[in-house]
Amino acid sequence: MPKIPTWFRVTRWIVLSLLMVFTLTPVLVMLSSSLKPLQDVQGQWRWIPSGFTLRPYLDIWHTVPLARYFLNSLIVATSATVCSVVIAIFAAYAVSRYRFRGRRLFTVTVLSTQMFPGILFLLPLFLIFVNIGNATGIALYGSRAGLIITYLTFSLPFSIWMLVGYFDGIPRDLDEAALVDGCGPLRTLLRIVVPVAIPGIVAVGVYAFMTAWGEVLFASVMTNDDTRTLAVGLQSYASQNDVYWNQVMAASLVVSVPVVAGFLLLQRYLVAGLTAGAVK
Amino acid sequence: MKARLRRVGLPYLLLLPALALELLIHLVPMLVGIAMSFKQLTQFFIRNWSGAPWAGLGNYRTAVDFHAAVGQALLNSFLVTCSFTLLVVGLSWLLGTAAAILMQDAFRGRGVLRTLFLVPYALPVYAAVITWSFMFQHDTGLVNHMLHDQLHLTSGKPFWLIGGNSFYALVTVAVWRSWPFAFLCLTAGLQNIPRDLYEAAALDGAGVWQQIRRITLPSLRPVNQVLVLVLFLWTFNDFNTPYVLFGRSAPEAADLISIHIYQASFVTWNFGSGSAMSVLLLLFLLVVTAAYLFVTSRRRGAHA
Amino acid sequence: MQTSRVIAASVMAAVLTAGAAACGGGTSTNKTTPKTLTYWASNQGANIEVDKATLTPELTKFEQQTGIKVKLEVVPWSDLLNRILAAATSGQGPDVLNIGNTWSASLQATGALLPFDAATFAKIGGKDRFVSAALASAGAAGKDPAAVPLYSLAYALYYNKAQFQAAGITAPPATWDELVADGKKLTTGGHFGLAMEGASISENIHQAFVFAKQHGADFFDAAGKPQFDSPQAVAAIQQYVDFMAKDKIAAPGDAEYSANQSVTDFATGKASMLLWQAAASNLKAHGMAADAYGVAPIPFQTASASGPTAVNSMVAGINLAVFKNTGNLDGALKFVKFMTSTGEQKILNIAYSSLPSVTDAQSDPAFSTPDLKTLSQVLATSAAPLPQVANESQFETLVGTAMKGLLADAAAGRPVTTATVKAALTKAQQQMPTS
Repeated sequence: MPKIPTWFRVTRWIVLSLLMVFTLTPVLVMLSSSLKPLQDVQGQWRWIPSGFTLRPYLDIWHTVPLARYFLNSLIVATSATVCSVVIAIFAAYAVSRYRFRGRRLFTVTVLSTQMFPGILFLLPLFLIFVNIGNATGIALYGSRAGLIITYLTFSLPFSIWMLVGYFDGIPRDLDEAALVDGCGPLRTLLRIVVPVAIPGIVAVGVYAFMTAWGEVLFASVMTNDDTRTLAVGLQSYASQNDVYWNQVMAASLVVSVPVVAGFLLLQRYLVAGLTAGAVK
Repeated sequence: MKARLRRVGLPYLLLLPALALELLIHLVPMLVGIAMSFKQLTQFFIRNWSGAPWAGLGNYRTAVDFHAAVGQALLNSFLVTCSFTLLVVGLSWLLGTAAAILMQDAFRGRGVLRTLFLVPYALPVYAAVITWSFMFQHDTGLVNHMLHDQLHLTSGKPFWLIGGNSFYALVTVAVWRSWPFAFLCLTAGLQNIPRDLYEAAALDGAGVWQQIRRITLPSLRPVNQVLVLVLFLWTFNDFNTPYVLFGRSAPEAADLISIHIYQASFVTWNFGSGSAMSVLLLLFLLVVTAAYLFVTSRRRGAHA
Repeated sequence: MQTSRVIAASVMAAVLTAGAAACGGGTSTNKTTPKTLTYWASNQGANIEVDKATLTPELTKFEQQTGIKVKLEVVPWSDLLNRILAAATSGQGPDVLNIGNTWSASLQATGALLPFDAATFAKIGGKDRFVSAALASAGAAGKDPAAVPLYSLAYALYYNKAQFQAAGITAPPATWDELVADGKKLTTGGHFGLAMEGASISENIHQAFVFAKQHGADFFDAAGKPQFDSPQAVAAIQQYVDFMAKDKIAAPGDAEYSANQSVTDFATGKASMLLWQAAASNLKAHGMAADAYGVAPIPFQTASASGPTAVNSMVAGINLAVFKNTGNLDGALKFVKFMTSTGEQKILNIAYSSLPSVTDAQSDPAFSTPDLKTLSQVLATSAAPLPQVANESQFETLVGTAMKGLLADAAAGRPVTTATVKAALTKAQQQMPTS
């Protein structure tokens, strides 16, 4: 192990401290403001509330139907994640293990969708959903299903690309041996490749979930009262009369906790997944 | 014969769901969007948009006529977005690299710190950005309280959400949100560098700085190639951050192109010209991405 | 009897939808049965839940009377226009909906709303029931209205009685010169004479309209062409911005307000005057007693203003529209009739501290409180509708944003001159669609 010079330690300490302040200030603001009475957040900024109160945490459920939005977000994000991961596994396996005509075209096309400005296809997509609804009776506009398939395609390109990298790193001998043993390609994928690729799959899942949990633009046009997600619902606190900043902060914290907790729990996989996959 | 067909068909079958969904959600709508950009799709026609009159290149001509107000506003928005993207990608990369390199060697509390650094990336966009907008309030915000009341750095309380400073507010929030991603990717990238490279260099008498320059940075090149591109695309197309920070009418200094186009289509109800602007944006991104990949791949090839 | 009515209604609905599909682009039919209606209400109360609590009992009443169940959705203002646009584009929307009355002409141009012609008016009890000023902001002149007025509002000057007395001011200002003079007396230290909602696009437009009228300027000429940068319009906007830039009677921080913080500032005594529409319930929500503030008409340029420049408010309010693609036209019109009935008008407008839009309901003593009396006086005599042109929403966005920028300049201490105001308005005008 090479010795670390003192100047490096000092720099490290300073830089990392500054970064930590920068990173965590908003989180502390959220926490401290969510415990304040309303007059505190309407006046001069203060770190310590003039009186601690948990009222904002009770009020947030009445000011807007937060519980319903929460449930919607949970259903939409979870379903989008599961579908996205499954579809990405299949696609990535094909790209990684087979040489077929159109392979490159597929990769390039899928990746290039990442650069489409959302605003370009928002209205057309909306119209397509409505027309599908009219033609088949499957309600996509205003329903969770519409939002789910929209969101899963948002994370799909990056997920496929990351998993291709990951699968490429898994020795081919493994699945070839299984094929020789008489396993079909699908069984090989599910029994041999997927278990080895768990870190990469978890990483992709976390990414897909966060993408779906945080999207604002499509949610604002494609949902109604019954299917509105948190991303849109949270803006309702800035209501006609006032901005209830303490409630906004409390609600922000409440909606952040599940994702942040999940993310931090799984971050080990995320680093591992990225290490083995995408960044090769 | 049948088995052969199955073998050839299998990869396509596996790709089918992904392909179908990408077609449905991205490609077909995009083509429809391109068709719309040639139409005069104002509020008079949205009810029956297929019957809207064709505008030919009219929407494009208006968009790129930089002597007229609409074109000028678009150009301004484009330039704002370019400088915003350059700053955000640059700073995020710098912070991410610095943190990743500084945390390459184990020290007490490294795990906790790494976790904390990832929090901005994990927070939902709207929750995080709403918090920033609260911090940037003129009278009640934390930023002005610190700058003016506590540190006495400014003579008066500056505005952050309106006027010229809004640009810096936006950059700050965007960097805060995206540097952890850079950090994450680079941390992962660093783990692929064999330890013995450093040890060999240390034996040769190379200091920390030289090790970073001669081993770390070159080894990170493939990560950087992808990372910078992804950051560029995400930042350039970012809609959520300015939308939550400023609402539907962003100040001129922070009028990012995504918000500008949103306003051109949804707020002023001219979907034809909004689509034309989006298509121009898409063309620009295509050209930049292709050029970037061309240049970086060639350089990578030359180095390998 | 019941069954035959259902069949008749279904047949009628089917015929109507077929007709709508044939003449409009909407290829869809609304899937509502004659027994239900979907209603999008705008957010009028303190929050969405309050609106639901206010409206639900009334909708139950309607169901008891007609057997039609109304599915209520309160749409936040931030989403309402997008949702309506999406509904217009797709043909899938509510049956009945609230719209901001300034959007009437813009939405009328989409053809998505049912025009209220003579026959339609007959079904909801006649055109004459409605307050004429309110009905004038329900669509372009010379066309059948695209909606009917539901809640009416007008602007007034709210002033803090105790602070006026402390400053030795005996009567509320009647001219802008007096307002500025009073404002200067009241502005001391951290306290300001006037509260402004500087970053709110719609508030800016409402103020701009009144000032422009008083300067004899119209933002659109008779042919509907924009003329934002006429010298009179420039003078009007500058006068408003100068409250902050030159007269300094408004706090610079107001330039950032867009979520009704100015009402909070007035209610909590940080500012002594407020130009607002029907603020009573908002002020009450902030704990300001009704006798702590006075309500006076918005000032004029001169005390003896008369003729076309004697305008001191827009006709503000919410209209009720029927979506043309409705599958239940009959039920939708019954609902409109119900909501605009004298009884419901009293109940709802009292709940929202707004004014009834039908004349019969106005006589109710509940609307003769001093502030509502002032408002209804203004509405009847000196209010004018915002331009009812198809491009009204673009005008709101562009001019409102330009004013937000000018106020931001003023707040940051940059000079706001006739030239800069004119430049901002010219730029806004040039971005208007040419069609």
